[in-house]
Parts: sequence; structure tokens; C-alpha cells
Amino acid sequence: MNVDVLITGAGPAGLAAGIELRRLGVSRVLIADRETEAGGVPRHSAHTGYGLRDLHRLMTGPGYARHYAQAAVRAGAEVRTGTTVTVWPGGPGQPLPPGAPGPAELPGPPGRPGGPGPPGPTGPLYASLTGADGIETVTAAAVLLATGCRERPRAARLIPGGRPPGVMTTGELQQRVYLHGQRLPGRALVVGAEHVSFSAMVTLAHAGARVVALVTDQPRHQSYPAFALAAAARWRAPVWASAAVQRIAGHDRLEGVELADLRTGTVSFVRCDTLVFTGDWIPDHELARLAGAQIDPGTRGPAVDTSLETSLPGVFAAGNLVHAAETADVAAVSGRHAAQQIAAALSGGGPPRAARIPVTVAAPLSWISPNAIRAGGPPPARGHFLLRSHAFRRLARLEVRQDGRVLSSARARLVPGRPLHLDAGWMARADPAGGAVRVAVR
Amino acid sequence: MTPAPAPAADVVIIGAGVVGTAIARELSRYDLSVIVVDAATDVGTGTTKANTAILHTGFDAVPGSLESRLLRRGSALLRDYAARAGIPVERTGALLIAWTAGQRRALPEIEDKARQNGYTAIRPVPAAELYRREPRLGPGALAALEIPDESVICPWTTPLAYATEAVRAGVGLRLGCLVTGVRSRAGGHDVATTGGTIRCRWLVNAAGLGGDGIDAMLGGGGGFTIRPRRGELIVFDKLARPLLGSVLLPVPTAQTKGVLIAPTVYGNVLLGPTAEDVEDRSDTGTTAAGLAALLEAGRRILPGLAGEEVTATYAGLRAATEHRDYQIRVDSRLRYACVAGIRSTGLSASLGIAEYVVDQLGGAGLPLAERGGAAAGPPAMPYIGEAGTRPYQDARRIAADPDYGRVVCHCERVTRGEIRDALVSTVPPADAGGLRRRTRAMNGRCQGFYCAAAVSAMMAAARGRVGGTAGGAGQDRRDGQPGRAEQTGREGRAAPGGQAPARASPELGRRA
Repeated sequence: MNVDVLITGAGPAGLAAGIELRRLGVSRVLIADRETEAGGVPRHSAHTGYGLRDLHRLMTGPGYARHYAQAAVRAGAEVRTGTTVTVWPGGPGQPLPPGAPGPAELPGPPGRPGGPGPPGPTGPLYASLTGADGIETVTAAAVLLATGCRERPRAARLIPGGRPPGVMTTGELQQRVYLHGQRLPGRALVVGAEHVSFSAMVTLAHAGARVVALVTDQPRHQSYPAFALAAAARWRAPVWASAAVQRIAGHDRLEGVELADLRTGTVSFVRCDTLVFTGDWIPDHELARLAGAQIDPGTRGPAVDTSLETSLPGVFAAGNLVHAAETADVAAVSGRHAAQQIAAALSGGGPPRAARIPVTVAAPLSWISPNAIRAGGPPPARGHFLLRSHAFRRLARLEVRQDGRVLSSARARLVPGRPLHLDAGWMARADPAGGAVRVAVR
Repeated sequence: MTPAPAPAADVVIIGAGVVGTAIARELSRYDLSVIVVDAATDVGTGTTKANTAILHTGFDAVPGSLESRLLRRGSALLRDYAARAGIPVERTGALLIAWTAGQRRALPEIEDKARQNGYTAIRPVPAAELYRREPRLGPGALAALEIPDESVICPWTTPLAYATEAVRAGVGLRLGCLVTGVRSRAGGHDVATTGGTIRCRWLVNAAGLGGDGIDAMLGGGGGFTIRPRRGELIVFDKLARPLLGSVLLPVPTAQTKGVLIAPTVYGNVLLGPTAEDVEDRSDTGTTAAGLAALLEAGRRILPGLAGEEVTATYAGLRAATEHRDYQIRVDSRLRYACVAGIRSTGLSASLGIAEYVVDQLGGAGLPLAERGGAAAGPPAMPYIGEAGTRPYQDARRIAADPDYGRVVCHCERVTRGEIRDALVSTVPPADAGGLRRRTRAMNGRCQGFYCAAAVSAMMAAARGRVGGTAGGAGQDRRDGQPGRAEQTGREGRAAPGGQAPARASPELGRRA
């Protein structure tokens, strides 16, 4: 099958991109998603707050997911669910191998974070898609990776102890409760105190659990004050700040956790039947890495310039794959932005692309997205760069420098886990032949 | 109290780990009734499931020991069996690396020991060649030994294949039955379990970490104590797999074989184990100190690991004793075989141990008459390795059954068809862990973020279909029909009308 654009992932970013590509007259757009329903994470986020920045109205997660899935089909994009990209990147004339290439068999160095990737594919891009109908090879003029992100599970956070059932991420919790109607009676503890943590708390309450507390290693919660107040008032769930889960106890069933008070060093045992790890996002970057795309050490997603193109020509990336995690509407706007750039690239005629200049951050900033610029490139989606901090700073100043020269300086309030915006006006002042641009907190 | 009429068997094997199930499989060739009991609700849940998953050649065993002999024999047998049963094995070879001058001086001795163990393919590898073969190795390696036949294997499919073959040949599998006492009498034993009492003529103790406890129930003449040694391990993301080609072994010390890095047959990278003597025989928790020590060691050997995500951490307990060799002995008067102290080599040696133990049992008087009819041979196990073709990659299989094209677990690419098959297999899973070990579902980098809810819904539905008994405790699984199996009940009643007495061989019955 030949398409103009193959989009992997039918979440907000992928669907919004597909809709925009069709609107811009790109004829063959295929959106593949491995889940059985299109819509991405909002499918199982049964609370309101969706659609503000992209649709300019307030919707629930499932309603928002349905809206985009239906709109993509109406726009004329082909949406194929239950379909997994299994061989990627493929090559011309490459017969379908009996096995997808294991990373070990791929040429070139593994895409180490920050390391240079091998030269990307040129000409058409090949991928094999597997679904109930069989295995099909697709060639595409451009590929948009919109594979989203997920929360780091307990093992990736290196939390020691036993491995009983009852320990999960918010993603698993929401699917259990909202897609499969599972009840979770008993005491529940939420690890994290950012927006998603409060969402997990509400889900747990819906499932019949008593939420003992939200635990954060930060000195205070990182959500909006109203959320925390409502949580305390309605569900009587306090936020325990400066505390960390040190060990999980239980063998056949979860018994509880050892909780360390980071200020005093004292350790107490908290009994619970369900333990939910929230936040600590990691992009689902498998396809990006298998293709050898350069990975940004901060976002851990593929490094992208302001047109959302990766280091591989013709391969773009959008949504929470490049900024894990923003709200669904921000992901959708990112997908739309990528679609506009892809449509422009497909119509050709533009000047040859200038070299990429990396954009990096210094602590306490943890990442910036996009993380590269090119001379003559477009401003990023919504005219600003997205950043994250891993520390609180009330009266901070974000300073953008290139080769010692200050390009911009602006006030900012840093809250871990919360989006931070940097106006893109400085791009015009960057030296196209200069070195890396660095964003630091003063 | 009058005991309920107890089901009887010619042989009861205590322990459904890799050793117990291997012995059951070996015995199933003969005209004997055999029952395997285990306190756990699945096979292979003790030392068997949590180890380094290496199919050892035995090159570094103590020359002349029983372990050396059975390891060599067992690993040859298992290589062949794995190929026939579809147990994932990859012959990656191993490089035993010296990082200090002292370690380099130890290499010739290790090479010599390998030759004494009958392993002659070992050869020295100079540093330049080592770095050519493993370019991502950290700086400072001085020299190495290559052991080209060291392989990695699936530690989960192996006991499942043995158990499946045994159950299909008529062996009874009583899981969720904790042995609470053994009363020996003339001509046999009464094995009291939480699932009822089983009378048997011969008893095999393959209880792993509980080996000395069972031995004590029989008088305790074994002269050994199990000293559990905990090993913590870290599994890295599949994207780390290109960092190495072979198993990377350290130079062992007198205390431990040390921390190794190995590919897994699932395409991950394994780092471990630690070695810590513990008191508690159920303490399979990981520790902050253990994980930190592993990460530090791992990053020295393979610096690239520092940039990779951790997929899983776990700990296993090795059934070490105060002795350096296996503790295997057969008592013809007691009609008892003690198969204990299998340390950390049980997976590789299992078929060698089974062959040896059954031979010894025969010598001690267990009548070994070959069963009539053609043997069924190894079962065709679902293939869950990365080296061969998995269902999602097999267009013909998907065309025949679209469920093999419906990927449910995305990280490990496990299809709906595979999960469905596992839930109705000869030895079905009792819980989510059991399903993980049979299919890899939920074992990937997201640890259930995407699929755990859907997979548990499938499990719940399957439970509903077989009357809520799938994998239930105390269940006697026979003939691959979990739905048809009789329940022994949890309250400790004996199995009603078990097939075991009917299967007891007539000549043994007469002699009793």
C-alpha cells in the first residue's frame, strides 16, 4: 500500500494531524493505532477538562477521544485500529522477513540518548503493519510518529521490595476502572502530587477505594491549589509532601509501603491494598529509536526542530512523544502543527534546509521542546517552546544564550511537572552559523 | 480420627520446580502412577523462575563433582529437548572477562578446570579481539576466555514443557497443596498435604528451598541445611540489547560467581545476580542496596546501560547448602529419593538430574517397566523467544486465525490468540504471574500501563468459562482438561475418586 503520510498513533496528536493533512489537501493519509479504539489516553480519562485549547470547549476524555476519531474519518483519513507497526524501518525491495528486525540486527549504533544517529532513510519510507487482517507493507512519503508517552512503572523507578499485585500506573488504573468496570475496594496510596495524581485519586474514589494520601518527594504538591483543596475537602485525601516510597511490602498481595520522611529521615509503614504510581513520564520512543533518530537527552523523545522533523529526513514526531506529558489539547495542537509542516514539505519547492542548531537546557530545567532550530524554520506550535523544571522557583528568569550572547530573558515561575512556556521571539536573533542555544535559569 | 480413603500413587514427587517436573517427565515413560505436589499454584515458581536464565555448559563446575557430571549431561539433553519442544534457546556464547592483573592470572586455571570438566571448546581471547567483539564494553578489560556454547534459555517454558509432557502422559499435578507431614510406614509413605493425604510407595523430595524440611519429616538423615542465597537481578529495556553480543561473565571468586550481564531470549538485557545469604525462605524482595550495587557494577562493564530504562527488577533464592555439591541420595529401605542442594544450576542440569535420579530409583527397587505404545515425546510449546518466529510475525498463522494478528501486549507483542491458548493449556496459569511466564504478556517496558487491564479481563472471562476453577488451588490437572479436573477442595479433603489409585500398577499393588 502506498500513502502520502503514515501516522503511527491515533491519539489526539495523530488524529489532529490526520485531519489537518486532509484539510490541506494531502490525499492519502493512513493513521495506524495498536489499540482497538482510536482516541489515545483520553479514552479512559473519564473526567472533564478536555478540548480547551484546540476545540475551544470543555469535554470529558472519552467524549474528546470520540470527537477526534470521528472527525478524522469524516476528514477522509484512513484510521486503522488494532494495527501494530512491526517492521520499521523497512527498505525498498525488502521482502517481509519472518521476524521483525530485533534491535540487535539493525545496522548502526543504537540510538543512544543524545548520540548522533545514523543517516536516515531517503526516498519513500517503509513500514509493515500487523493486524487481524494480516501483515501489510506500507510505503509513505512522510511518516509522523505520534506514539505518545506513558508513566514509568515501579521497576523503572527502582523502588525495591516485593512484587505483589495491586501496584500499577494511572494508565492501567484508568483502564481497569473505566474500560473494564473493575472495583478496587480498600486503602489506596497515590505516588505523585501533580495533575495526573489527582486524576488517579478521583479514579480510585470512583472504584470504591479509600485514598489514604498522595505522596510526593517534592516539598509541596504541583497541581493547581483548587485541585488540592477539592481533594482534601471532597475525598479527604491529604498530600504528604517530602516523602518517598522506600520499599513495597507484600508477596501474594500488597500489604503496604515503607514511607521515608525526607526531612527527618524517619520511616513509617503505610498499609494499603492498591498503590498507584503517577507521572514520571517517558515517551514511547521505540519506533524513533529503532529508526536511529537522534534522541533528546531531556525529553527522551526524538530530537525535533520547530517543524517537528526528527534527525531523519521525512520522519516527523508530535504530541507527547516530544513533550511528555502535556494535556491532550496541547498534543493535538502539536499534531496539527506537524501536519502543516509535512504538507509544506510534501509540496516541495522550499529552500534547502539549513543545519540544525540544538537547543539545550541547564538544571533545574529538565527539558525543552522542540529542542532544535533551523534558520528559516517556522516558530513552534502556539509560538512558544515548552519546558519543564524539576524544582520550584518563584521568581526565576529564563535566559536564552547562544555563544555567550543573550537572545532573550523573561520572568518565569517554575513548578515541577507543570508546563512552562518560552516565547519563540528570540529565534530571529539566533546566529544561523552559531553554536548550540542554551536556556538557563537566572 | 479416621483418615479419609487416601488416593495412592507409586511415586509422589514433592516440588514442581524444574527438577521435580523433570523427574516427573522422566518417570512418565514408565508404567507407574506419579503425582507431583507443590504448595505453589503453578509449576516453577521458586528458584526455577528467578535466576539468570543461562543454559550452562558446566565449564566452571567443581571437577569430579556430581554437579559437574549432571550439568554436562543435563545441558546436552536440554539443548536437544529445547529444540524439539520449542523452548527458546540462543547460543550466544559467553566471554569471561578479567579486569585486573590478578583476575588475568586466574584465567589459565579456569581454562584448565573447564578441560577437566570435559569442556574443551574454551579458548583465550586477547583484549583487542574482545573489544572487537564487544565494542561497547567499558574500558579496562585485560583479557577473556570464550565459552562458545554457553547459551541463554527461557526458564519459564522449560518446567512448563516438562510438566505438560508429564501431565499428558498421565502424571497428576496437585498444585496449591502444601506438604504438612510425611508418615513413613512399611512399603511406603503417607504424604499429608493441605489438599488431602496421598499414599505412595516411593517419595521423591525435590522441594528446593524446602528440601531440608521435607528431609526432616523422613528422619532427617540428609546431613544438610538449606541456606537460601538471594540473588537480585535487573532487566533492562530491549533497546539495550544491541549493547552486547555474548553473556559477559566476571572471574568468579571463592564466594560467588559474581555479577554478569546477559542477553535474554526475550530480547532484554539481564544484570545480576547479587549473592546474599538470607534467613527467610520467602524473602524474594529486592533491596535498595542490592539494586544500587548492581547498577554500579553494570555501568562499569557496559557503560551504555546507564542511558537505558529498567524494565523489571526481581530477586530469587538459590537453594544452597553448606556443601559444595548436589545433595542427592536414594534410600532403598525408606523408598525415598532426596534431590536437594541443587544450588544455582538446576535449570541447566535438570534433565541430567532426572535421568540420574530415576536410574538410582530403579537400582533401589522401583520397577521401571516401559509403558506400552509410542511415547508422545516433547510437547510443542508456544514459542515466546525473539530468535524464532512469533505468531504476530507469521502471516499464514494470522490468516488461519486472526487472533494471532491482534496484539494485546504491545511491548512484548503478545497476541490475543496466544493469551487465549495459554488460558486453556494443559497446565494453565493460576494468576497474572502465570500468564506472564507463559506468554510474556505484561512483562515489557510499560509493565501493564497499556495492557494489564485488558489481559486481566481476558483472564476473568476464562475463569468464568471454566466454572471459576482455572488455576485454582488444590486442583488436580490431568489430560489437559482443566475444566474437567476434579477439585480436591481447599478444606483439606482428599481428592474424590482420583484417577491415581486406578492407575497404580498392578504388580506394585500385589507386592504392597
